[in-house]
Parts: sequence; structure tokens; C-alpha cells
Amino acid sequence: MIKRAIILYLSLFVLIIIVGLFMGAPFTVRLCVEAAAYSLIALGLNIQWGYGGLFNFGIMGFIMIGGFAVTFISVPLNMEFWNSDGPFMLLKVIIAALIGAALIIIANKLPRFGVKGAPHKVAQIIAWISAYILYRSQIDPAAAYIEENSEFVGGLGLPVILGWAFGGLLAAIIAFIIGKIALGLRTDYLAIATIGISEIIRALIKNMDWLTRGTLTISPVPWPVPKPQDFQAMGVDSLQSFLYARSLYLIVALLLLFITLFLIQRAYQGPWGRMMRAIRDNHIAAGSMGKDVKARQLEIFIFGSVLIGIGGAILTSFAQIFDPGGYQPINHTFVIWVMVIVGGAGNNFGALFGGFFIYIIWILSEPVSQALLTNLSAYFELWGLGAIPDIESRSVQMRVFVLGLVITFALRYAPKGLIPEIIHKQKGDSSGKG
Amino acid sequence: MLIEVKNIIAGYGGAPILKGLNLAIEQSDIGVIVGPNGAGKSTALKAIFGLLKVSSGEIIFQGQNIKNSLPDKLVPLGLSFVPQEKNVFTSLTVHENLEMGAFIRKDDFSDSLDEIYEMFPPLKAKRHQHAGELSGGQRQMVAMGRALMSKPKLLLLDEPSAGLSPRYVIEIFEQIKKINQLGVGILMVEQNAKQALSFASKGFVLANGTNSFSGTGKELLNNPEVAKSFLGG
Amino acid sequence: MNELIFFINKVIISGAVLGSIYALGAIGITLIFGILRFAHFAHGDMMTMGAFITFLLASAATALGLGAPLPMGFMLLPFAMIITALIALGLDKAFYAPLRLRGARPVTLLIASIGVTLMIQGLIRLFFGTKTRTFFANEPKDIFRIDMSFLGASRPIVITEPQFLMIIVTIIAVVSLHLFLTKSKFGKAMRAMADNADLAQLSGINTKLVIKVTWLIAGSLAAMAGTMLALDVTLKPDLAFNIILPIFAAAIVGGLGHAWGAIAGGFLVAFAETLAIFNWAILLRPFRDKLPDWIGTDLSIVATEYKLTVAFIILVIVLLVKPTGIFKGASS
Repeated sequence: MIKRAIILYLSLFVLIIIVGLFMGAPFTVRLCVEAAAYSLIALGLNIQWGYGGLFNFGIMGFIMIGGFAVTFISVPLNMEFWNSDGPFMLLKVIIAALIGAALIIIANKLPRFGVKGAPHKVAQIIAWISAYILYRSQIDPAAAYIEENSEFVGGLGLPVILGWAFGGLLAAIIAFIIGKIALGLRTDYLAIATIGISEIIRALIKNMDWLTRGTLTISPVPWPVPKPQDFQAMGVDSLQSFLYARSLYLIVALLLLFITLFLIQRAYQGPWGRMMRAIRDNHIAAGSMGKDVKARQLEIFIFGSVLIGIGGAILTSFAQIFDPGGYQPINHTFVIWVMVIVGGAGNNFGALFGGFFIYIIWILSEPVSQALLTNLSAYFELWGLGAIPDIESRSVQMRVFVLGLVITFALRYAPKGLIPEIIHKQKGDSSGKG
Repeated sequence: MLIEVKNIIAGYGGAPILKGLNLAIEQSDIGVIVGPNGAGKSTALKAIFGLLKVSSGEIIFQGQNIKNSLPDKLVPLGLSFVPQEKNVFTSLTVHENLEMGAFIRKDDFSDSLDEIYEMFPPLKAKRHQHAGELSGGQRQMVAMGRALMSKPKLLLLDEPSAGLSPRYVIEIFEQIKKINQLGVGILMVEQNAKQALSFASKGFVLANGTNSFSGTGKELLNNPEVAKSFLGG
Repeated sequence: MNELIFFINKVIISGAVLGSIYALGAIGITLIFGILRFAHFAHGDMMTMGAFITFLLASAATALGLGAPLPMGFMLLPFAMIITALIALGLDKAFYAPLRLRGARPVTLLIASIGVTLMIQGLIRLFFGTKTRTFFANEPKDIFRIDMSFLGASRPIVITEPQFLMIIVTIIAVVSLHLFLTKSKFGKAMRAMADNADLAQLSGINTKLVIKVTWLIAGSLAAMAGTMLALDVTLKPDLAFNIILPIFAAAIVGGLGHAWGAIAGGFLVAFAETLAIFNWAILLRPFRDKLPDWIGTDLSIVATEYKLTVAFIILVIVLLVKPTGIFKGASS
């Protein structure tokens, strides 16, 4: 098994070299940076699905949260906003939200004061409605005011690395809330619930123009390392400047990736990992052994989401633009699933391999299918059928089909992935993932 | 012989649960399998009905080897099975439950419906109620009625008296005798061993996956060793 | 009075139209869940595919110069339903059946259905591109205006021809499905299998055939729902993927595996959505002069952009309070 992994990683390395020869070094380094970020995200999903058996179809939402977080932290201050009434109005929004939260908490605690049954339910509903009205009464004018006077609240102008960390933190908070609500659900319900949450996160980020500029997008988002422009200012020529800057970025991203891999690998070998596997493979037995299954699952869901959030943050700062309209379930949820399934759920090296391999295939399938379609189109003309129109946009879609085909084939012919999970002693039951 | 089970070995993948089971009954027989818990009584019925893999031995039904045949082949041949639990479609009406029993029949089965209602009068009154709303005893009637709708030659019953009150147990046993008199061979597993053996024409005592004693019901009841080891004195 | 007419147009009619579409989609999901025990994620894309098949047929018919008294999309719907049903059957044979035979867990089938989703989406975009199309490029979209002046209203109740037809077609479909499930042998066998698959097998019910029938029904209803959605708004490749959440919400609210629950759930979710985005300030307009200023002019419960949250919140409440659905589902 280890031999197979080494061969696969070596071929991956050769593939990257070949891509470099054909597409040029700056492109390849860019590809690797993005692949590293996607691999981090795939590791996050591998923790949730491969270790914990938890379904997360809301990866896109967490990636967006990471992207927003790093943008908010690292983009310069918007003085127009800070000099207006905006901050004061937002303070009022926060106070309204806190009062609302207090109302809900009080309503939830009513049974302690002897209010039970129907009156308690009614009180809860009234509390939720009042909290919502209170919040809306403050946020609506504040949002309108900010959008009118200063476009949006701007950023905090803090270091990018802090933004990545904040991406992880924000993702953790959201994961905590979601986990509290949804983790008790059956797998298929959890799938629907998480996809719903990610769509709601997308709707919020896309439409809260006062906070995110919505579809107007925010750019430029700063880098943690010097940008190509900085190298050009030092007199490096354009092509080289991209190579240098991106290589620096790649080093930072890979460093983060490998530290993460090292840490989770260690945790997984230890007692924590054994417990997680026990819970995944046998819910009920683990529960009856006195292990707090729900709390452990929440832990794992949050932990995975943190990695996804950080990965999302890395992607956004690298792209230098935060565009809420650019997030799609296909590109940001399903492709990650393919990475983990093809790579091998439950094996970190599998997920890492899947992350790099599938991302490269995903990106390269566009020029490849474009070349294919162009050739085909030439034959069509030769046969008198006329050329294929819109080859460019069609070839982008071709890869969606290929992705679907890869999933179904992988499930059928290699359900455990290319680098499968190594099963430790346990009763020979590997049905963790079918 | 209606059915002959010859030396079958079967289980759920791991160690076999049935280790050489033999039994044979005629269409006129009521065969009862008794034995201690975990002896593989229910497993025996499931093995006959193709619900688990039989690794060796033979099951001959009316001269045909039916080893490892699936239910959709067995039901048309004339076998019917009433499982111990979840033996009715709870969200279907009593009437629809019976119709499902006749799924494989292409002919007009309204006569059979009338017969079932005659046999189990309480069902007729409740025929448009959901089976899930019935009492345990009435559910057992629905389950048996459903199994009879395919006009079986052999009816397999897995603990028909389980969970019923004593009054209903007697009633169900009476019905089983009546069904047998109508020309349906019966092979059943029972916990109420003494009661069941008292009217069984063939009895099989199952222990550790093989039948340690066989004989008529009376013989087994009068066999001091069987009485001591399996019938509680 | 005009305010009430506005309410009828914006809430009652829109809700009924949306509810029809959700219900037809949710029935398919709920039937597949009942029989095969997995959440069929590709259902939304089966709807989109059905809509594109209708579109292809309609374009071909128009190109041949065929005219129709009703919108072409409705005339050719039966053919599109048959084609989509057959494709659904093929998808099962190619992608789901092998996994089922291997004894794969429902989760694996769920993931496989994501793969199918991507394949269908990819193919649709490959052949049709990403642009938005309409069924009414070559024929007018008739609009019925029901005059309400006898009630003192100056505005009419407005309903488009496709909207009117789709409500009728939904009623026909639901009634036929009801008759099928309660009167026909196979309909009853489907309910029996959804209730207790093991017992259905024991009874000699041909479960393979029941599975086939399920795919045929789910596929044809998906084509119907997708085509109606495309007739009401426009046809685009992500047409139904965007409403997969409310459709699943409808199926779960109604209790998975429960066909009537899915219908009720579909209308419940649809009306909740239209009521939530309706601007209630409009109903207060006649009393405008007597009301204090702070009430404002926008009293919708959620902004239109957040319509999706309504379905989701209903879903979460149902899952937390009564996970088996409002009606007892097969999942219980």
C-alpha cells in the first residue's frame, strides 16, 4: 500500500513537471498554490467525512466565509465609513441583536420559572419574532445608510495571516452553530441541511452589500508575501516577477499544508483518532461505551470546517479579489468531494493526493477539451456538418460532465479510493464508507 | 413428501448456525420446530425461504431442489412465509394487505378473499382500516391471511403466538389447525412448545443447529429426555 | 379592493404555481426514497433535463411549421415525459443498480446521485450552452385578466395561460397518481414496498419491477415539473438545481416516502415562501393616513433575495420538532 502511494505521488510530481514544460512556470506555480489550498480544504472534508462519517455538502459556504474573513481583516480601512454615522448605527444593530438574543435565551429558560408546555412554546415564538423585528428595525436603515454614504464598511487593514486565522475562527463559529442544530440528523437530512446552509451563506454574503459589496466585488485583497508588482518595482521583469511572487506564496501555503498534515496525522494515530474511528464505525456501541458521541462529532465537524475556512481564505487572498458571485456548488463543494473520494476517504495522504491530482485535472481538462472540440469541429466542417459554435464556453462545461463521470466510476470500481484508508486491527469491518 | 430438508448447513457469513438440519413433512402435516433459544429455529425457516445462504445440503420441495431460491420464485411454487415481526404492511389497509399476498396470482382471487374473511371474521369488519391500527392478535391474522392469499401448499410460520395473550394463542392455534385441514402443510417454530406439540403431527427438537429428536408431537411430549431438557420438566 | 387583488396575484396565484412545481418534484423524491431508501439528489437536474427535452421537441415542431391551440410546451409534454422516464430508467441501470447490487449503503447512492447531477448539468451545458431560453420566442404567452370591477377593483386578477394550464395539469397528475397508488396492483405494491420492503419481497412482489415503475413515474413527473417551471419563467441549465432545496424541504416536511405528504409539503413551502416575501405594507395602504410613520413602506418578512431561507427554516423546524414529517413518513 505504501509502495502504491509512493508511485502515485511520484507520478503526480512528474505530471506537474510536464504541465510546467507545456504551460510555463508561472502558470504551474499558480496551479500548485491553488491546488495546495484545495488540498487543505480536502483534508478538512476528510476529517469530517473520512474520520467522522459526517456529511458536509456545505463546503462552499465555509470557503466563502474564509474568503470574506480574510478580505475583511486585510483590506485597508474605509475612512469614509469610519467618519460617518455608520459605526454608530452598527453599534445600535449589535445592541439590538444582543437584546434579541437575550429575549430568546430568557424564553428558552422559562421552564425553570414554572412556565411549561404551550405557554412556553408561545413565549419562545414571540421571543424569536420580537428579536427578528428588533434586529430588522436597526439593520435595514443602517445598511441603507452605509451603502449610500460609504459604499461598504471596508476592511481592518490588518496582516493577511491574521485574516487566514480569522477565516478559520469564523468557520469554527458557524460550524458550531450548524453542528448544534444538525449533527443529530440522519445522513441524508444532514446533506440537505448543509447544502441549505451554504446556499444561505451565499445569499447573505452576496446581498449584504454594506458588508461585502456583494456583486460589486472587493479588490485588491493583499498578499502575505510581496506581490508581482512589488518585484517589478524592484526592477524584475514581468514574467520573472510573477514566478518569484507566486513561488513565495506557494512556500507559505505548502508550509501551512504540511504542518496541518503533520498535526492531524499525529492526532489520528493517537487515542483521539482511535476513538473517532470507533464512533464512525459503530455509533451505538461507542455511545454505550460511555463516549460522548455527539460532542466528539461536533468537535470533528468544527475542526474540519476550520481547515476549509483557512483554505478558502488562502484562495481569496491569492486571487486578490473577493467575488461572492464566483462561488458555485460545483467548483467549491462537489469537486472537493471528488478529491476525497478519488484520493481515498479516511486517509490523509489520499485526500492530499486527491486534492492536487483532481485540481490539476479539473483545470487542465478545460484546455484539453477545448483542443479536442476544436479538432472535432474541424472534422465536422470537413464532413460538411458545420463548425461547433462557442467552443470555449462548451469546453468549460465538459469538465463538469467529466467530474460526474469520475465520481460514479470511482464509487463503482474503486470505492475506497486510490490510497485507501489503512484499517487497524478492528474486526475487519471496513464499511465505514461504502 | 411435500418438503424434505436434508442435512443443510447455513449461516450469516460467519460460523454456521445450522449444522446439518434434517426434516420432512407431508402436505397433511403440522410440523413444529421447538428448542432452546439460539438453537437456530427461526434460521431454519429463513434458510428454507432463501433469506440466507445455504452452503450445503438439499431442500426438496415437491421433487424440486429449491436450495437458495429467492422468494419471488418460491411463492409461485407454493411456499408462503409469515415472519415473526414486521409481518404486516402497517400503512396499507387490511384489504390491501391481503391483496399484496395475492400479488403473484393472475386469476380472480375474490373467492380467496372471502375465504380469509370467513376464517378471520374480525378482519372483515376492519378491512378498510390500516393494519397498523390493529391489535397484536388481529395483526397476526392479517399476516397469516396475507400468506394464505397466494394459495400456498406449505405455510412457514415463525412464532405465530409470540407476544399474544393466552386467549389469542389458543385462537391462533385453532386457526392453524383449520388451515391445515383445508390442505395446507404447516411448518412452524414455537416457544409454546408443549401446547404446540400437543397438536403437531411432526415435531423436531432443535439444539445447537441440528435436530436432536424427531417424532410425532405425542412422542416428543412423552419422551422423558425431551421433556426434561427442552420442555421444562 | 385593489390591494386584495394584488394579494391574490402575488400570493395565491404565485403560490399555487410554485406549489404545483414543488409538489411534482417532491413526489418523485419521496417515491424514490420510499422504494430505494436514498435521497436522490439528481432529481432537480432530471427536471431540468425534462424541460430541455420538451424544448427540443417544441423547437422541432415549430420548425416543421406545426401550430397548436395550446402552448407548444404543453402539447408535447407527454412525449417529453416518456423520454425522460426512459432516461431515468437508464440512469438507474447504469449508475444506481450496480451499487445496489453490491449492497452499497444509501449514502453511497446519494454521492452517486451527485455524480449523476454533474453529468446531466455538464451535458446540458455542453449541448445548449449557458444562455437563457424561452418557450415563447415564436408564440405569444397569453395572459388572462379577470375583471374584478364588479367588486369595485380597478385591477384585474392576472394569470398567464401556462400558469392556468399548469395548475390544471398538476391536479390531473395528482389525481391520477392517487388513483394509481390506491387502485392499481402496482401502485399498491409500491406502497407496500415503501412500507416494508422485506415483507414485500416475501410476499412474492416483483421488487425489481416496482423499482422500474418508480423510476418511470418519478422521471415523468420530473419532466412535467421542469417543463412547467421553464414555461412559467425561463429555461436555463441551472433551472431546477436552484430549487432542489425547497423541493427536498417539501418532501421531508411531508414525511419522506409519503406521496400525499409531498404534495401538501410542496404547497406549504410554496405558500410560506410567497407569504414571506409579500410586502404586507400594501394591504395596509387603505389605512395609510391613520398609521404612524415608523411602520414604513416595506413590510415583507424577508427580502426576495433570501427566499431560500424560508424553505430552509421550515425544514429545520420540522427536522427538530418532528423529524418524520408532518405526516408520518416511511422513514419512521
